[in-house]
Amino acid sequence: MHILVCIKQVPGTTNVQIDPEKGTLKREGVEAVINPFDEYAIEEAVRLKERIGGTVTVITMGPPQAESALREAISRGADNAILVGDRAFAGADTWATSYALSSAIKTIKDFGVIICGKQATDGDTAQVGPSVAEMLDIPHIAYVKKIEEISETSMKVERMMEDGYDLIETPVPCLITVVKEINTPRVPSLRGKMAAKKAVITQLNAQTINADTTKTGLAGSPTQVKKIFTPPQRQGGEKFTGEPQDIAAELVKKLLSSGIIN
Amino acid sequence: MANKINVLADKCVGCGLCANNCPFGAISMQERPDHPRKFKIAVIDANKCTFCGACIESCKTFKAIEMHKEEVKSGVDKSLYRGVWVYAEQRHGEISSVVYELLNQGSVLAKALQVPLSAVLIGSNITAKAQDLIDRGADKVYVYDDPVFIEFQDDPYSCILTSLIEKEKPEIILMGATNIGRSFASRVAAKIYTGLTADCTALDIDLETRNLLQTRPAFGGNIMATILTPRHRPQMATVRHKVFKEAKVEKGRKGEVIVNTVDASKIISRTKFLGFIKDASASVNISDADIIVSGGRGLGNPEGFKLIAELAELLGGAVGASRAAVDSNWIPYSHQVGQTGRTVAPKVYIACGISGQIQHMVGMSSSDTIIAINKDKECPMMQMATYSMEGDLYEIIPAIIKEIKKSRCAI
Repeated sequence: MHILVCIKQVPGTTNVQIDPEKGTLKREGVEAVINPFDEYAIEEAVRLKERIGGTVTVITMGPPQAESALREAISRGADNAILVGDRAFAGADTWATSYALSSAIKTIKDFGVIICGKQATDGDTAQVGPSVAEMLDIPHIAYVKKIEEISETSMKVERMMEDGYDLIETPVPCLITVVKEINTPRVPSLRGKMAAKKAVITQLNAQTINADTTKTGLAGSPTQVKKIFTPPQRQGGEKFTGEPQDIAAELVKKLLSSGIIN
Repeated sequence: MANKINVLADKCVGCGLCANNCPFGAISMQERPDHPRKFKIAVIDANKCTFCGACIESCKTFKAIEMHKEEVKSGVDKSLYRGVWVYAEQRHGEISSVVYELLNQGSVLAKALQVPLSAVLIGSNITAKAQDLIDRGADKVYVYDDPVFIEFQDDPYSCILTSLIEKEKPEIILMGATNIGRSFASRVAAKIYTGLTADCTALDIDLETRNLLQTRPAFGGNIMATILTPRHRPQMATVRHKVFKEAKVEKGRKGEVIVNTVDASKIISRTKFLGFIKDASASVNISDADIIVSGGRGLGNPEGFKLIAELAELLGGAVGASRAAVDSNWIPYSHQVGQTGRTVAPKVYIACGISGQIQHMVGMSSSDTIIAINKDKECPMMQMATYSMEGDLYEIIPAIIKEIKKSRCAI
């Protein structure tokens, strides 16, 4: 089976601090990484390949720098990588991003399962996966925590819900978005790293994916950012120091008298 | 392609304000050997820029950045779209509480626009629930009651909602940012080519254009963005649980119930629902709790969660955790608060031994009262807490438990 994985490069925010004066992210030294949820998607694709055979292709829409994310995906076991990049895609919202990605996927005729992370950590929308499925006119299942059964024509998955999980069967081709419970991603192997270095990344642009440029980038995006602002910082409050017994008594008194607890 | 953004070399003083304010990290300050007095100049990476205008805002003093945004003509006649809708999500026959919250805010928007507020109810054996929605402020309820909708599946649900939108043409649709809402709202928006804004924390109306002003956190909540869907209709938005207050119940309120018949042969359903398995540990639904006691790396060992649970139980609250504690396998993932866990907004959040990594903070910073217990008084959590308690949590928590018990005995 030809398994596709859609990934996104995001700013790595581990250990990032807020600048207390400006209230903005301290960006110095922040490197771009693979969206953490996409690591589970890559791992699941590689596991599927090991289970039923086939190839894994990772695909991303982004600037030329996103190539490093694709190479990392190869070091984690993917076979091929596609970078969909064009100035015409800049400023795309989730609709226009889904349009570009689905247009690119349409040029790949033989795909079976498409796997995405449940959401990206920079935008947190969880919208691109299901939208891509709609534009490709294939079914999708979001928040998948386990693939129970898979064949060339169908699969059975567990969909995580707030109150438990649903068991759903879907025909293949289809798209799933996965949550972190699904697996534990492996670390890149030495062989994988070598492959990543040598890999030739397929480059696609607006023309080669036959995209209608009135539907791409900022111009094709239904949503527009009107303004961006820093939310008011939460001000620190009262500090309690001293003997545990004393400060505990003081706190509980305060909470009781203000009705916060009873 | 006609979007342009330029830094005017003669006006840029190299202060770096724009680079600090760019939410996309698209601006870098570069050396400027060509100028005798100015050492740096802002350079915008065209591949990263999204033309959001944050840099222009930051450069008000020098006016050194120039932007030209391409105007795009609207594809839809917006005047054909009227009315505010709330998608009345139900699961196993029960209306989700986020629906009542959306009806509350929806009625504010509908009043401002002078249009009716409608709810859309899709399910099986569900028609009786329509009155609940009217009691909570809906003027009209569209009902699709058919066995094909007994369990949520994206295909049939998005199919029926899309066809109703195409027929009735609402201008605004609000949905819960739940697993169900996020999944099929995306499909609907993709199908009808309109904007969908996730996780809005504020919704307002620009009366002149009838545009919905959708404010949401971006980049993990450090920056807020106000987003419009200026040229497409309907304007779709999802909202998380507990962002708005529930609408009050007005028993026996009058409203119109429109029960639509379903032509099952026209409903696409490629997937097959096989069963539901209830998760017993999901009863600790931290998103619903009024009080959350959370533990982090500072606990030092998994045993620490016994103490956390004791305090939580005493207060009638739930147990939360930081990612560090979950990654150490001290407690299951369902307890994790933060960017990769749950977002919570309880009345009281007690952070024990949690230093306050940004990813954790974005998941709980809108709690009403935050109490931090930590040895390090300089850590971010202690800095932002309503009440910060400096010291060893293994001494302070038992002391708090003792005090609460004492106060209750006294009554």
